[in-house]
Amino acid sequence: MNERIEKRIELKAPLWRVWRALTDYREFGEWFHVELEGPFVPGQLSQGRITHPGYEHVRWQAVVQKLEPERLFSFTWHPYGIDPKIDYSKEAPTLVEFRLEKTATGTLLLLTESGFDKVPAERRAEAFRMNDGGWTQQMKNIEAHVARRQ
Amino acid sequence: MSRGGSDRGVAKRRQHAAVFAALGDETRLSLVTTLSGGEPRSIAQLTGGSRMTRQAITKHLRVLESAGIVHSVRSGRESRFEFDPQPLNELQEYLGRVSAQWDQVLSRLQTLVER
Repeated sequence: MNERIEKRIELKAPLWRVWRALTDYREFGEWFHVELEGPFVPGQLSQGRITHPGYEHVRWQAVVQKLEPERLFSFTWHPYGIDPKIDYSKEAPTLVEFRLEKTATGTLLLLTESGFDKVPAERRAEAFRMNDGGWTQQMKNIEAHVARRQ
Repeated sequence: MSRGGSDRGVAKRRQHAAVFAALGDETRLSLVTTLSGGEPRSIAQLTGGSRMTRQAITKHLRVLESAGIVHSVRSGRESRFEFDPQPLNELQEYLGRVSAQWDQVLSRLQTLVER
């Protein structure tokens, strides 16, 4: 367990093709299931409407961070920011990064979503259950991970 | 793509963030590792073997307590701290959902660029 999500996927397509799918707002919308209002511009809010079945009422909002051609595309967003009645602007967003690397057979895509630990600690956990001790190994893993990062 | 909404969703996410933040410290992580063995321990027991003062350990335990990762139980004159796996289980479940959503999204991307 970690405060970030990491994915790597080998794509059998050239770098330029993957870059276009990631950063052309119409192509992005096609696989991300969102209808965007316009192109991605660094520093600007990207808005649109989710088209994923069952979530059509949801607005898409993200702030584009970096567009480094064929290398890095990133944006920040609020992973839970889908209730129109709630103002999410005061909450810390998570950062989504798509990194590309050329490989012998195509393109390696590395995705990370990070910052799940940055939202202010306003809520206290309420429910308590009996300890089953099963977390010992998991905690050792986390500890080893944190130690590696320092 | 969506992460499930509502007030409850937001509250949950804040709670997850508190748990992550509480774990983002070596001393607290090591306290949780000790307590996750299952046996409740007193502050004195938790301070023994560490180079930190009782006050410092207590402060760290309070942070863990406010995130719900440990809770204190009174035992005679002293407090004992007990590990609670639920917030960590919920956190893992939440990240599992986020992770599964990314898998779906990325597989659609793959289909698009490889066709």
